[in-house]
Amino acid sequence: MCLAVPAQLIAKNDAIGTIELTGATRDCSLLLVPDAKVGDWLLVHAGFAVQIVDEEEAKATLDAFRELEELEEAYFAGKTTNS
Amino acid sequence: MKKLTLQEKQQTAEALLHRIKDLHTEGENIRLMEVCGTHTVAIFREGLRQVLPKGIELVSGPGCPVCVTDQVYMDKALAYAEMDDVIIATFGDMLKVPGSYSSLTEAQTKGAHIHVIYTPLEVLTLGKQYPHKKIVFLAIGFETTIAVIGATVKAVAEAGLRNVFFLVSHKLVPPALRALLDRQVGQIDGFILPGHVSVIIGEQPYAFLPMEYAIPSCIAGFDGVEVLSAVLNILEQRHRGRFEVGNTYHSVVMQEGNLVAQQLMDEVYDICDDTWRGIGVIPNSGLKLSEAYAHLDVEKMIPITLDKPSLDPKGCQCGRVLQGLIKPNECPLFGKACTPDHAIGACMVSVEGSCAAWYKYGYASGGLSWEE
Amino acid sequence: MERIRLVHGNGGRFSHELTERFILKYFTNDLLAPLHDGAQFSVSAGRMAFSTDSYVVQPPFFPGGNIGKLAVCGTVNDLVMNGAIPQYLSCSLILEEGLPFDELDDILATMRDMAEQANIQIVTGDTKVVKKGEVDKIYINTAGVGMIPENIHIGPSYVKPNMDIILSGSIGDHSIAVMGQRFGLELSENIKTDCAPLNHMIQAVLSKVGPQVALLRDPTRGGLGTVLKEIADQSQVGIKIHQSKLIIHDEVQSVCDILGYDPLYLANEGKVVLIVEPSVTDEVLNILHSFPEGREASHIGSTLDKNLGKVGMQTSIGGMRLIDLLGEDQVPRIC
Repeated sequence: MCLAVPAQLIAKNDAIGTIELTGATRDCSLLLVPDAKVGDWLLVHAGFAVQIVDEEEAKATLDAFRELEELEEAYFAGKTTNS
Repeated sequence: MKKLTLQEKQQTAEALLHRIKDLHTEGENIRLMEVCGTHTVAIFREGLRQVLPKGIELVSGPGCPVCVTDQVYMDKALAYAEMDDVIIATFGDMLKVPGSYSSLTEAQTKGAHIHVIYTPLEVLTLGKQYPHKKIVFLAIGFETTIAVIGATVKAVAEAGLRNVFFLVSHKLVPPALRALLDRQVGQIDGFILPGHVSVIIGEQPYAFLPMEYAIPSCIAGFDGVEVLSAVLNILEQRHRGRFEVGNTYHSVVMQEGNLVAQQLMDEVYDICDDTWRGIGVIPNSGLKLSEAYAHLDVEKMIPITLDKPSLDPKGCQCGRVLQGLIKPNECPLFGKACTPDHAIGACMVSVEGSCAAWYKYGYASGGLSWEE
Repeated sequence: MERIRLVHGNGGRFSHELTERFILKYFTNDLLAPLHDGAQFSVSAGRMAFSTDSYVVQPPFFPGGNIGKLAVCGTVNDLVMNGAIPQYLSCSLILEEGLPFDELDDILATMRDMAEQANIQIVTGDTKVVKKGEVDKIYINTAGVGMIPENIHIGPSYVKPNMDIILSGSIGDHSIAVMGQRFGLELSENIKTDCAPLNHMIQAVLSKVGPQVALLRDPTRGGLGTVLKEIADQSQVGIKIHQSKLIIHDEVQSVCDILGYDPLYLANEGKVVLIVEPSVTDEVLNILHSFPEGREASHIGSTLDKNLGKVGMQTSIGGMRLIDLLGEDQVPRIC
């Protein structure tokens, strides 16, 4: 129900930030994330940052997925060697 | 920030599906409700239904803010749109939603001034650009959007703009879940909870699901893989026999949510009962502007009375679709009288509406039929 | 700054001045030179393709091009999609009172350059001026003719099951370059319209394997999704494509994410869908890859003898997504 995208904060002027997506930059309100620092990744909805992305957690999620893949590959590898 | 490559995604999905199949007994029927329209669309776009084991059914709940917006609200919005000195500012989502007698698109062809915006902050620019007009912003949405609009309301008040107003119909997700469960309508074995709403409110407001209703749930992101991992999380909870509010979207959903946003919402809004399209009044499920911001409430500042009664479209089953009671194609109007180009109900209008999604992704004929 | 005035369209002295100052400055060829009511030329016997299109893009200037580029490339490409070799174009301008001279200069210079690049001539035209507010700066209509070589037969009726579908490159670039500027987005320099004349590349394909090419379509308005669905309907075949084979540049995808657009339904101005016999797929890909506008070409799917009239896309997680025509225009959404 609520589209939001992660984007990096590249400049901050009081409560207005400039965020960078891969293809574009735009202004974004920081009223809801006053602690955001330049360099942080922000989740942006309708022109407002609504949260600072916890990069450690993002990485942990990614790692967990990759681990899952590896287990899966090992599982399939086991299967193919038998056949 | 790194993302999974397409190939990694494919492998991860396979691995997740493998585990899901392990935890699902053949013949077991599990109905999971996603309460977010963005999930509904993601599920279709990625073709998730076809890869899940038969027996695990995904049903859409009242997760599309446009769809649950009541007919009376649309009629009021249209009444304001018809005023000569009013400019309606709105998210693109609202353009086609039918009121009882017309829609914003139709009003536009008759000369109404309607401005589609990306961010609510644009109302400040509009207010300054058109000092002799009244800007009326259609303030709809769930918690994510409420926080953003709340901040805009405050900014308008601080800027002292006298010609910008809000027509508010905000809806809160947790009370709606409770209402669905209280009415005991249909079987719901678990909730896939809306990731971006949860960014604002955190995990706690859902605690009643496991505690009072013994129902597993999981907060999820919006990628196909993330939805699958939420399905797996719910199956794991069932397997352990211990229910909680799971969260597979830790990168942005903190346990306590966004406290700044919550505080701001407390300041700008008061909780009220609210009417959901097709469902009716749900206690404490809506918001109105608080006393301090009442001067921005268009209904108080430019009162109107609707000269014709608001009518729900005849035969439209949106209300039952929104509660997951019937599938869109079980509505007699679906795909016949009601199509995206000639929509009768809101669920067929919104991109996120379940009827529109079912129709667009090929369920018009009663089910996805693709021969391998 | 000099600007277009209503008198520039009254047919008298000011109109002559406009023709000399602008039209003849940029478009010079023997067929146009007499400034008669039309152009006269000889044609060889055979089949001719004839196509027309009007260009009303807003804004008229966008990253990587302007309305003039679209007006030449669009009609050239329409001829190319018939298998024709484009030869002559007409050009009608509808100008808004107040249009700055230098903007008109830019647009006409672009048209001249594009005509040169496509190796065609603009041989007849017309100019009208309307009151301020009646058009957005400038509208252009172009029409064109070209001859179709003898052994080339392109059309929906030649599409049969088990043919290969090739797409000449990435999708969505043009729409995002034009629309992304609205809504406060500052686009990165990497986002540009893909608008380009495709005649040289397609002629290279047709001259080698013309008889094995069943259909050429440019996925302009409505995007790739709409075009594939139209083909499935018109040719009564099924179509299956693979999401993993589609190229969507990161920049385009991220703007789509923020505005809630689906790249499958965004317009392209320099891309072509080719439906060919599988025996020539590799050769066609090799030819396309040797042109800058086809360097990202890929084999995205095939036609089927079942699922008639349907288009299915195998998603990256292994599901199947059905693809329909574009309905309402895409607008920025919160949900």
